[in-house]
Amino acid sequence: MRKARAAAAVTIVSALAAAVTGCGGGSSEGGSNESPKTLTYWASNQGPSIEADKKILTPELAKFEKQTGIKVKLEVVPWSDLLNRILAATSSGKGPDVLNIGNTWSASLQATGALLPWDTKNFDAIGGRDRFVDSAVASAGAEGKDPSAVPLYSLAYALYYNKAMFKDAGIEKPPATWDELVADGKKISKDGKWALGAEGGNLSNNIHQVFALGKQHGADFFDKDGKPTFTSDGAVAAVKQYVDFMAKDKIIAPGNAEYAQNQSLQDFAKGKTAMVLWQAAASTFASQGMKPEDWGVAPVPVQSGVPGTGEQTNSMVAGINIAVFNNTKNIDGAKKFVKFMTSDAEQTLLNKTYGSVPPVKAAQQDPAFGASDVKVLRDTLGTSAAPLPQVANESQFETTVGTAVKGLWADAAAGKPVTTESVKAALTKAQQQMTP
Amino acid sequence: MTATVTPSSGHKTGDVEKTDNGGARGRRFPRIPDRIRQGGLPYLLLLPAVVLELLVHIIPMVIGIWVSFRQLTQFFIRNWGNSPSAGFDNYKVAIDFDAPIGQALLHSFLVTCAFTVLSVGLSWLLGVAAAIMLQENFRGRSILRTIFLVPYALPVYAAVITWAFMFQHDNGVINHVLHDQLGLTDKPSFWLIGNNSFIALVIVSLWKSWPFAFLMLMAALQNIPRDLYEAASIDGAGIWQQIRKITLPSLRPVNQVLVLVLFLWTFNDFNTPYVLFGKSAPEAADLISIHIYQSSFVTWNFGSGSAMSVLLLLFLLLVTAVYLLITSRGRKGTDV
Repeated sequence: MRKARAAAAVTIVSALAAAVTGCGGGSSEGGSNESPKTLTYWASNQGPSIEADKKILTPELAKFEKQTGIKVKLEVVPWSDLLNRILAATSSGKGPDVLNIGNTWSASLQATGALLPWDTKNFDAIGGRDRFVDSAVASAGAEGKDPSAVPLYSLAYALYYNKAMFKDAGIEKPPATWDELVADGKKISKDGKWALGAEGGNLSNNIHQVFALGKQHGADFFDKDGKPTFTSDGAVAAVKQYVDFMAKDKIIAPGNAEYAQNQSLQDFAKGKTAMVLWQAAASTFASQGMKPEDWGVAPVPVQSGVPGTGEQTNSMVAGINIAVFNNTKNIDGAKKFVKFMTSDAEQTLLNKTYGSVPPVKAAQQDPAFGASDVKVLRDTLGTSAAPLPQVANESQFETTVGTAVKGLWADAAAGKPVTTESVKAALTKAQQQMTP
Repeated sequence: MTATVTPSSGHKTGDVEKTDNGGARGRRFPRIPDRIRQGGLPYLLLLPAVVLELLVHIIPMVIGIWVSFRQLTQFFIRNWGNSPSAGFDNYKVAIDFDAPIGQALLHSFLVTCAFTVLSVGLSWLLGVAAAIMLQENFRGRSILRTIFLVPYALPVYAAVITWAFMFQHDNGVINHVLHDQLGLTDKPSFWLIGNNSFIALVIVSLWKSWPFAFLMLMAALQNIPRDLYEAASIDGAGIWQQIRKITLPSLRPVNQVLVLVLFLWTFNDFNTPYVLFGKSAPEAADLISIHIYQSSFVTWNFGSGSAMSVLLLLFLLLVTAVYLLITSRGRKGTDV
């Protein structure tokens, strides 16, 4: 009896020890070239479906195999799973060789040390850093550090408007300033029609919008040392201005407060809403049955004047980056693959297919990116977009401030007053919830 | 490693068996010591279950408890085995109810308590009512029974997302009925944001869990001998007296398990709020499961999230222990 108990104890202890030592975190070494003929690639879901992405990417991967003899195993990962998959791969040390990341995660993922830093030598291996648009590279990691990824598809926000609804309201051109937008909006918002759409329940979207408005009010949400400054006057003014479109100006339908599944795009396509602030919406509108001539695109408004850098910033730099997992067994192959995906030819082809803008300057020259809607996105990226704060706790920022804005939308929708004090209180709470 | 022979009856039997068949087998297989064959065999047979239990529950739990004492954020996730120790800091932050993180945790704990009491209480009431109603044989009884079990048979995700559609402000059927058709509200209400979200959460949870109460109670009711009711009715007991004196006491053992299981499921429910509200629930419906998920996986503070989980586990263990103690004491009292 005693022996059986002892045996059981030994089993438990050895199993525990095996498990604990076996999962003792990933190795800290860099990549090597143990398996030079294969690569695993996690692509983010860019197209209408995972199947569509596979169809788009498979022929390109075949091209790469033909050029280099390296076979790429593709997995398209939905956005909702991607970050947690990357975290799991980081903690186990067993991840893909190459992967796509959302560019707002760059600094957070950079802090984990899981991604290969793109120093001059690595950039030279793919043709040099100068090939890329500056703002796109700036959105690939914290300032002063080597980027943790390379820009792949770039996006920016623009103002999409319904031409017929503008004409019916007697408006001749899209608004260039927020005052004009509110004035136009009041003309449109009647008889069950509304001027502007919003996604009040979507935390990321809330952040993207208030970030650009924050820039226009001279606020950054973080100071130079990376400490949160959510309660600065500019940040409060930005959040209030955004929520006031519903609370005070009444140009956003109250129902938008709970939207989080792109319902505002459906409303736009159905002619219920005249304007939306969105990134590359063309393919969505087409899939909802809208013809390209039905809608127009203009830069996102600013407080006054024309969009530019600094206080005239009117968009975050949105987009997807491509990164190399530090634990790769095929570092050379991985770099070759990044070089291939960021080559002029692939950049033109893939960005054209996905409706995004190439972060590679040479590829931007293709006439396809001069079409009116993409041209607005391209110009915004080039001249008046700024990357979201590249801080390690960006993810926390999106959750806490995004949730605060979501709560303020709920107040506005319920008819409760949204005041400078209530905005400041919500942002104070968000800031306090940020763990250092 | 040979077994020591001690004067016990067990060993005597073992010796007999050895002379019966052990000799013949001994030539083909390595000899298994009698001690293990006799005393150890049950343990050997249990071993696969023990190993699985270890792998699936115990080891992750131990790692979780270990993580709760570490400062595990995105900076250390890659080499989490070497994350710096946090001592009791994660716990201190979680239970510092004057500071924002502790306050938010306390708030979500209280919301969860209120939600659990309402959901379990109503599920039980509805389950009892339906089970008693369907005891009598009438036309359509089996159809009704089947319909009542539908929520229990549906995949949770599909069911809850349907509720989310129904609760929508602009296009949801609930506002359509309450506002457009019945005119009960001045204007369409918000169910997925603001304070009403708590009501929405309770309704969906109730819809999801009452069929289980119904199923358990219906089975239990069928075990009550009919002649008890006949005797009671001959003695002049009315329907309420019968329910009070016969039905409820007979249901007691089932109720004890049922309430405990419903409590644990509801308190820990993650699917319902997550599908209904996404990764950030409105303040009024900020259940603790979502809150902990957010701390760990959205804001990447795994140490703090684990500490909150351990606290939750301790609370649930405590409640379960107290509950079992009270109910078992009560049972002894009635048995005597």
